[in-house]
Amino acid sequence: MAAAPSPLGEPLVRREGREKVTGAARYAAEHTPPGCAYAWPVPATIARGRITALDTTAALALPGVHAVLTHLDAPRLAAPGDRTLAVLQDDRVPHRGWYVALVVADGLETARAAAEEVHVSYEPEPHDVRLTPDHPGLYEAELANGLYPGTRERGDFEAAFAAAPATVDATYTMPPLHNHPMEPHASTARWTHGHLTVHDSSQGATKVRDDLAALFGLGPDDVTVISEHVGGGFGSKGTPRPQVVLAAMAAQVTGRPVKLALPRRQLPAVVGHRAPTLQRVRLGASREGDLTVLAQEVTTYTCTVRGFVEGAAVPARVMYASPHSRTLHRVAALDVPSPSWMRAPGEAPGMYALECAVDELAVHLDIDPVELRIRNEPDAEPDSGRPFSSRHLVECLRQGADRFGWLPRDRRPALRREGDLLVGTGVAAATYPYVLVGGSAAEARAHPDGTYRIRVNATDIGTGARTVLAQIAAAALGAPEDHIRIEIGSSDLPPGVLAGGSGGTASWGWAVHKAATALVARLREEPGPLPPNGLAATADTYQEAAATSPYARHSFGAHFAEVQVDTVTGEVRVRRLLGMFAAGRILNPRTARSQLIGGMTMGLGMALTEDCELDPVHGDFTACDLASYHVPVCADIHGIEVHWIDEDDPHLNPMGSKGIGEIGIVGTAAALANAFWHATGIRLRDLPLTPDKVLERLSG
Amino acid sequence: MKPFGYVRAGSVAHAVQVAAERPGARFLGGGTNLVDLMKLGVESPPLLIDVSRLPLDRIEELPDGGLRIGAMVRNSDLAAAPAVRDRYPVLSQAVLSGASGQLRNTATTGGNLLQRTRCLYFQDVTKPCNKRAPGTGCPAREGAHRDLAVLGHSEHCVATQPSDLAVALAALDATVHLHGPDGERGVPVTTFHRLPGDRPDRDTVIRTGELITAVELPPALPGLHMRYRKARDRSSFAFALVSVAAVLAVRDGAVRHAALAYGGLAHRPWRARAAEAVLHGASATEDTFARAADAELAAARPLRDNGFKVALARGLTVGVLADLAARA
Repeated sequence: MAAAPSPLGEPLVRREGREKVTGAARYAAEHTPPGCAYAWPVPATIARGRITALDTTAALALPGVHAVLTHLDAPRLAAPGDRTLAVLQDDRVPHRGWYVALVVADGLETARAAAEEVHVSYEPEPHDVRLTPDHPGLYEAELANGLYPGTRERGDFEAAFAAAPATVDATYTMPPLHNHPMEPHASTARWTHGHLTVHDSSQGATKVRDDLAALFGLGPDDVTVISEHVGGGFGSKGTPRPQVVLAAMAAQVTGRPVKLALPRRQLPAVVGHRAPTLQRVRLGASREGDLTVLAQEVTTYTCTVRGFVEGAAVPARVMYASPHSRTLHRVAALDVPSPSWMRAPGEAPGMYALECAVDELAVHLDIDPVELRIRNEPDAEPDSGRPFSSRHLVECLRQGADRFGWLPRDRRPALRREGDLLVGTGVAAATYPYVLVGGSAAEARAHPDGTYRIRVNATDIGTGARTVLAQIAAAALGAPEDHIRIEIGSSDLPPGVLAGGSGGTASWGWAVHKAATALVARLREEPGPLPPNGLAATADTYQEAAATSPYARHSFGAHFAEVQVDTVTGEVRVRRLLGMFAAGRILNPRTARSQLIGGMTMGLGMALTEDCELDPVHGDFTACDLASYHVPVCADIHGIEVHWIDEDDPHLNPMGSKGIGEIGIVGTAAALANAFWHATGIRLRDLPLTPDKVLERLSG
Repeated sequence: MKPFGYVRAGSVAHAVQVAAERPGARFLGGGTNLVDLMKLGVESPPLLIDVSRLPLDRIEELPDGGLRIGAMVRNSDLAAAPAVRDRYPVLSQAVLSGASGQLRNTATTGGNLLQRTRCLYFQDVTKPCNKRAPGTGCPAREGAHRDLAVLGHSEHCVATQPSDLAVALAALDATVHLHGPDGERGVPVTTFHRLPGDRPDRDTVIRTGELITAVELPPALPGLHMRYRKARDRSSFAFALVSVAAVLAVRDGAVRHAALAYGGLAHRPWRARAAEAVLHGASATEDTFARAADAELAAARPLRDNGFKVALARGLTVGVLADLAARA
């Protein structure tokens, strides 16, 4: 049989698209087993302290209420590695919004009403949620997220900076940001003869299964976690979140299936968020624009429950040649909700600050900012000295500039006026590491009817994972893509890594490729009619994931933006955004484009609209719903263009793919902020660029 | 579950009678704000009186050339009505600048006027709020108040009225028609909403049992130019930081008629009488417009984080009036 043409690189439509748009696809909270009860959590209303008394009498007296779980009577869990999962285990309140009780009732409305009847008395303690540049609790973090060293130095920063003919010294700030996936965190749990089954909205069901097994003292085979369809996560579903533990507990206590979908307004306090950052960037260069010295010092917070350090200074170690460098993170543990992963943790805020500072240097030196970046292109990764497996940042900058129409460009600011509007353009670079977050396993099976079945616990968080895995399998099998069935989204399948770190496709896809290749070999070795069950081969990539590469492996990109600033209202609106990326081989242009556009849109929100503070008095976030936390709407998006360079990198995986889930957000905010400067001549170093701040500076 | 009664009103008289008999009962129109507030625990009415099916869903021509808008006319229908678009474009623009398409399809004219502040503390029952729980205090004064009032606020409340529709109606000198246990009355939109004073729990002058049945617009005289402009954090689905509704007539270079109202500045749509006094008869120049804005905004008392609203209101005023004068 002649091999079918490889569908890798073809713009196939999403396999489950029809189910999703017709509502047939069922999400975690859309499973309702017979007898299902509904849960509603009770959040703490103090910012720090202890629970002194809990009165559940009135709640329990409501008809239809089955149970009120509190720390006094909830099942005891084994100590979790992630202490945000130790829900209802003790009387401590580490931050406002921490769950102090869970009501379980016949119906959602009853559970909600009963939750209001749970009366909690507290002994409050003084709290502190205010991050300041000189906070006494700040210490230098040993590690940043991703196990990167907190501090890296090379050369002699102080001396080199003092000696540099041209310098920039600027501080950039960003507020906390929230992931807010469309689908809230939700779980439906049931126990059947000691076996726990959970439909969970998660980016990785294998990890949820393992954690639940550990928490409840079960074997991994006693737990099944299903995440068939997931309505986005952006990092906030990367590991188990409290709802899955609460649902499992509630099902255990009541003996019924229990459904728990977290209310939107509670998400900010319990599912993680991007920590705020204050970033001081210092650059020094020759008059000709050769960067000699670079420092990025990040100040951020973590919570008291567990450590998390937004690694915003990490990408600076990848970007530009400079003999002298210092990158470090200072962090203070405050009484705040737990920060965690949000799309491109580290890279998104870090590259915002770094790429604005590079723009400031370009302005200072009167050099085109595209040319300044190209001039400082390193031969090897500056921090490690390792060669790049592939790096096409220069091509992204050049080709992006061509497509955008970057030149001719008058570099002077505040010159392009259209009535009340000032118009400007900006550029920024982007990077995101290629990381195999972990190994995955897969099974490939050939059936007598000529079809194949691929099993791997991948997760589709809206990315099109099924589709791209089918393409990878079809290519390896030499079979038509529509002969491939894909089973993903269950912990009963061969284990897979989470959909995170932009590494899901590389990890699952490699395992699928390997299993499919092994199956082809087995079919060749065992010719003849297939047995009724077909023939299967399995493979995993644990060795590959554990291996260290001699190469520095990263995606790169260049963002170009045109903004208009209304000098009357202070409104900043985006006319055009263009992203040019080099991210290995693009396996499916349709779904890849969708993810890159999504990332850029999220970056637009980070730059212009998404704003949230901690209320110092009450200790909670000020914007908890989608009316007050302004994610971009369709009317904010005019032209977004996405292009990429076909990159051939043999040092990655058999598909030659990097990752595309996160790099889209990385350079967007800096490109917009730089365009804002070009439009107005004002450096506004505090995101988001909302009318209040813009007007203050325009009139000041 | 938290039980509440539901009754579908058969007539205006029926609705009013039931409301008068049941303290705390609420009329249900589109429910786009009330139902949210019930979910948040801010509102817990014992009874909902559904008035959405009352025959108040028509826009009628009045003998004097004005327009009568039934209280149940949906926002989308109001904005799209040819008579509104042609003669009162400021009203159509205001409605279309608010909420989302889905919400406008549901929200009613009467309900829009009665929507409540989006102050974060008002919407969070775990925190003090004089409007929601009189006497508990106002954390917004020291807390998150970037979006709140700069005019007419009190030590008890700094909330803003969120309606766009109401701002346009204020500039158009519309009248709210109420039907209550004591009969019918009309209240100018400009005095329909209250300033907070020491009773911030009362948004409007509406009395117990009174139902909004209609809003009446006076005739739109020839030669009037009008516009609504709204500044906001994103391009759609965001409340006004500041909005302005302006109606202007200019003859021979002088202002013959000017009506100006602001949204986002106060506890009610803020009719700018002091600005209008400067405008009347004055030459239609940017200088006049700026002086008018300054006259009105001299009374502003911004809080720590919302001083930008004064400059924003000033800029919007000058911009919108200059735009209208250029058309005249």
